[in-house]
Amino acid sequence: MINDRELEVLINEVFEYHGFDFSGYSRASLKRRVERLYQLDGFNNLGEMLTKIRLEPTYFKRMIEEITVNVTEMFRDPLFYKVLREEIIPVLATKPFIRLWHAGCASGEEVYSMAILLQEANLLQKSLIYATDINPVVLDTAKKGIFPLQMMKQYSENYRISGGKKDFSDYYTANYGFAKFSSDLSVKMVFSEHNLVSDGSFNEFDIILCRNVLIYFDKELQERAFTLFDNSLAKLGYLALGTKETLKFSSLQKRFKQLNKDKIWKKTE
Amino acid sequence: MEKNRVIEGCKVLIIGGSAGSLEVLMELLPKLTFVPDFAIVLVLHRKSAEDSTLEELISYKTEIPLMDVEDKTPLRSGFIYIAPSDYHLLFETNDVLSLDTSEKINYSRPSIDVSFESAAAVYGPALVGILLSGANSDGTEGLLAIKRAGGSIVVQMPESAQMPFMPMNAIENTSPHYVLDVKGILNFILHINS
Ligand SMILES: C[S@@+](CC[C@H](N)C(=O)[O-])C[C@H]1O[C@@H](n2cnc3c(N)ncnc32)[C@H](O)[C@@H]1O
Repeated sequence: MINDRELEVLINEVFEYHGFDFSGYSRASLKRRVERLYQLDGFNNLGEMLTKIRLEPTYFKRMIEEITVNVTEMFRDPLFYKVLREEIIPVLATKPFIRLWHAGCASGEEVYSMAILLQEANLLQKSLIYATDINPVVLDTAKKGIFPLQMMKQYSENYRISGGKKDFSDYYTANYGFAKFSSDLSVKMVFSEHNLVSDGSFNEFDIILCRNVLIYFDKELQERAFTLFDNSLAKLGYLALGTKETLKFSSLQKRFKQLNKDKIWKKTE
Repeated sequence: MEKNRVIEGCKVLIIGGSAGSLEVLMELLPKLTFVPDFAIVLVLHRKSAEDSTLEELISYKTEIPLMDVEDKTPLRSGFIYIAPSDYHLLFETNDVLSLDTSEKINYSRPSIDVSFESAAAVYGPALVGILLSGANSDGTEGLLAIKRAGGSIVVQMPESAQMPFMPMNAIENTSPHYVLDVKGILNFILHINS
């Protein structure tokens, strides 16, 4: 087991050797993730683990993959997508060009879900969807648009609850246990590495979705991310967070107005 | 069992339960008619993707105000908090709650072990943990962590539990400070910090 002091040592070493700064991550969750990896890989003491992280780039990559939480789904929280479909997309539709950003997109299920919504509203052609993450491995999966076939039953149910009327299987071709999503959906996607801890604004967006990423950050780092989103949003742009995430505890909340009870805020200034 | 362990300086009372625990809470909560000088946190196994019916049910049964749990919600005494479905509930050192969507533990998210261990690391001797009815082994490791960190642990008497497995497993592996039936648990809670 790793104590609080050892966790700080690890955070410092990772920053010193690899330039990755985890110091703003929520300690409670980060400690669990590090302990899990420590046990999974059978280390006897922290020194052993640190040496491997320092000296083996492939192990460092594994560490990033394992300590970040990458679980995601298509149409995760279907009622959120229903609100997007019925209330947000009709507003975006009035714009000549729509720019979207999925920050912390993991393996891209959320991005393909959004592309489906845009296509069904005949807006995909005039949209550009940026999708970023710190983890290059999940980004590779996202670029391919290939997801496990066994998940499709649940995803098509989610799609239906979100207000989808089509046959969900029209969007992919099934092959050897995988579902490959149509390239019609991915033409308007741009995937790239972007770190919410250290990277800046790179465009102006009409909507930014950052769902289930900020729960892993402490309040200060959340504040940094919110500032970055504020700086990257057009006037009257939208910010969408995860079901249990909120702008409520941030000083930036006064610049936004929350829509009903949903986790979507509109920039008012 | 230390019969006369006095519970003082408690900042957080954390209660874990699975099948059969809601009935216990429905009986206990209406009888807690004081404003506690500690926070009460409930970690119950619940169906994923469930709506807010559990919150409604509980707020209906108690005079102690229920605080909606979102990520980074401050933890304050005098309120009840419920771990939301499909997230692990964690405790930060600055009296703030965090949520986490990582793997299920003991087939559960929220997992009682995860929350108990996290609370133990932050609150140590100022934590009281109670484990109620259930058919799963979740909670035992968490109680051990609380005990190791100097906190007090209570387990529902298996004979009084609808599902005795969870309390039984905990009793065998942790030797709790108290094993109490529902009435005993009520009395115990009423005497915390008094
Ligand atoms: C739980 S997933 C969320 C996926 C998706 N947005 C959803 O809600 O289903 C969290 C993602 O955040 C990414 N992440 C963690 N720290 C990050 C950082 N500093 N910058 C950008 N992405 C980060 C992780 O790599 C992971 O893919």
